[in-house]
Amino acid sequence: MIPASFDYERASSLDEALSLLAAGGEDARPLAGGHSLLPLMRLRLARPSLLVDIGGLDELRGVHADGNSVVIGALTTHHEVAGASELTGGSGLLARVAEGIGDPQVRHRGTLGGSVAHADPASDLPAALLALDAEVTLAGRDGTRSVAAADFFVGPFMSAAADGEIVTGVRVPKREGWGSAYRKFQRRAQDWAIVGVAAVVNWTESGIAGAAIGLTNMGGTPLRAPGVEAALVGASEKAQITAAASKVSELETPPADENASSEYRVHLAQVLIARAVAEAAGCPGMQSG
Amino acid sequence: MKRISMTVNGVRHEADVEPRTLLVHFIREQLELTGTNVGCDTSSCGACTILMNGQSVKSCTVLAVQADGADVATVEGLASNGDWHPIQRAFHEQHGLQCGFCTPGMMMAAVGYLDENPSPTEDEVRLALEGNLCRCTGYHNIVKAVLAAADDMGS
Repeated sequence: MIPASFDYERASSLDEALSLLAAGGEDARPLAGGHSLLPLMRLRLARPSLLVDIGGLDELRGVHADGNSVVIGALTTHHEVAGASELTGGSGLLARVAEGIGDPQVRHRGTLGGSVAHADPASDLPAALLALDAEVTLAGRDGTRSVAAADFFVGPFMSAAADGEIVTGVRVPKREGWGSAYRKFQRRAQDWAIVGVAAVVNWTESGIAGAAIGLTNMGGTPLRAPGVEAALVGASEKAQITAAASKVSELETPPADENASSEYRVHLAQVLIARAVAEAAGCPGMQSG
Repeated sequence: MKRISMTVNGVRHEADVEPRTLLVHFIREQLELTGTNVGCDTSSCGACTILMNGQSVKSCTVLAVQADGADVATVEGLASNGDWHPIQRAFHEQHGLQCGFCTPGMMMAAVGYLDENPSPTEDEVRLALEGNLCRCTGYHNIVKAVLAAADDMGS
């Protein structure tokens, strides 16, 4: 299907993009790769009056190490994130997640910033950003600000970005020495995750010293699993990880839909947490199953 | 209407388009290059795959205005001076098509991938084509064709 009519402007600077968005009012939207927004527009689920194309703003593209953090521009494609050598340690989670989004063609066009701004609870990157304690950077006409991922995602397809603000990128702690993994369950290869689990784990000789778990599609926003994270500390054997994973049932009941009941989502989360943590720990003998 | 220009298969085109015109419709209906197919129309099947600045993309999920200034390659640009591209020869020789509907997208995805990885393994080819669906389920010979083309292009 063809989208409903809209006006289109291509911005040549961030300032120009912000001015165009402000002039366009609340129905104006920034457009990057378009791989979240255009499918919605084609189904007429979104009908923006104006698209401000920020795809040419090269200053919003690229991955840069900055001390103990990595800064990723909003226009960096999933393909580029997947191949970014700067994403070391726990931050490597983002590369692992990006390489599993959609298919090669989608990864060539889809952008990190677009995925973040879209705030789909079934999308993979938000849970990974949450698990990494990432910050989302925003630009508006009043200046720039950073919002913790935990505060950015406020509901299904709703974020803390105000009308007229543009997501300019994310800042992610490197978490040197930590391991990471992302496991998702889907019925068909390119479907959205029925449940996804991002795990970032600090594995030491005496077992797990710290862990962060981000959950995809277990609620209206990506979620952390604090009970699981606390129970994982000190775990050094598979059985202990499995026991810690069961604490995911303490979270608010996840939604049911045509793919999974609430109970099945909790079951999937338990299984995937155990697998993701074992993989992230990278400890021989913990990977099987 | 917006004035756009892009290079398609080495030829520069200028045209006025509505902002909502999808790149695949611009290619098929305004440039009359109908080798690029519309399959699922939901960025799943890959029949509309073209190369945009050298990378495979699904042209049903790109606005024509987004491709302003881009270098686009479609299946019509593969052969040169009447000589088939190695990927076309390989699909022919390995029987890499049945009904042929997915073939242009398959070949463009493969050409984009072989440029990135000129000597892939069979598993890598299967993964690289995960965004292209063949409703005849002829994947086996498609993969054989891509591997044969890689051999041919490398030798």
